Amino acid sequence: MSADYKAAPAHSADLDSAVHHDDHADDHAHGSRKDYVIGFVLSVILTAIPFWLVMTNPLSQQTTALIIMAFAIVQIVVHMIYFLHMNGKNEGGWSMMALLFTVVVVVIALSGSLWVMYHMNTNMMPAATEMGQMG
Amino acid sequence: MSGTNMTATPEGDEATVFYVVDEHDHPEGGSTMLGFWIYLMSDCLIFAMLFATYGVLGTSYAGGPGPKELFDLPLVALNTSMLLFSSITYGFAMLAMNDGKQRATQGWLAITGLFGLAFLGIELYEFSHLIHENAGPTRSAFLSSFFTLVGTHGLHVTFGLIWLVVLMVQVQVKGLIPANTRRLMCLSLFWHFLDVIWIGVFTFVYLMGMLR
Repeated sequence: MSADYKAAPAHSADLDSAVHHDDHADDHAHGSRKDYVIGFVLSVILTAIPFWLVMTNPLSQQTTALIIMAFAIVQIVVHMIYFLHMNGKNEGGWSMMALLFTVVVVVIALSGSLWVMYHMNTNMMPAATEMGQMG
Repeated sequence: MSGTNMTATPEGDEATVFYVVDEHDHPEGGSTMLGFWIYLMSDCLIFAMLFATYGVLGTSYAGGPGPKELFDLPLVALNTSMLLFSSITYGFAMLAMNDGKQRATQGWLAITGLFGLAFLGIELYEFSHLIHENAGPTRSAFLSSFFTLVGTHGLHVTFGLIWLVVLMVQVQVKGLIPANTRRLMCLSLFWHFLDVIWIGVFTFVYLMGMLR
């Protein structure tokens, strides 16, 4: 909070504004109609292309998988910006900090689980083929 | 500056920093949005764990049907569009709310609710269809994790719809007072967040499932 004064020296001289600086009533962003429409159009495109790729199969499976994962990540970012109005300034930057922390935890948990369990399956279940496991 | 300060620090006056130590008023609900955002992040962790579970168990069919036999992509596409439409109509409700137009807000909220209901209806149809085909959550680890992940998302949508109806009643009775606009903004975050989770669901569960 006191960083506010150092960033704006004009205010630090003014004690009155220092007393009333706690204007944390309304610093969350509002979207405009344009934001919502841009977000919607982008989302439709980013949804339609993966569905079309999987339904008609014009590419190899691996390429399709990579493309639809990339599209999903881009669409999540689009939703964050245009629908959830995320930016670095919301709530004094704490929304973004919470989001980044969550992303780090999610990436560690997801990639860790998949990695560990994949190796467990391949290294520790020699009887898997005998058991007639599918897939 | 005051005389006492002058005697204490004769030269370093400009470096003196003043702090208000008295209790001061915090406007009601001033930290609600950040708190709700942190709740959503914890909810995000729940879904991450369910995604991880699905990722680990998603190929264990136990001799039962796999995604290719079970999933109906046109139906999923329809479902996805319902949720996407409900996202933009909620956005329009928020715009009407910012302009202070109560009737337009209520109208857009009602349309959002209908799209949400359509989404839930299609999902329940899909679930009952699967269970009818003897592909219920008890059939295989793949189906257990599928029903848990998609069902948890559906439950969130259900509670979002209940919340939506409650807020529409509150807005009808009390109007667009600050407390109600704050609640509508929380539900806005919740609703768009559910759409973000659905991106993960249709990509990793349905589309990737069809590629296997």
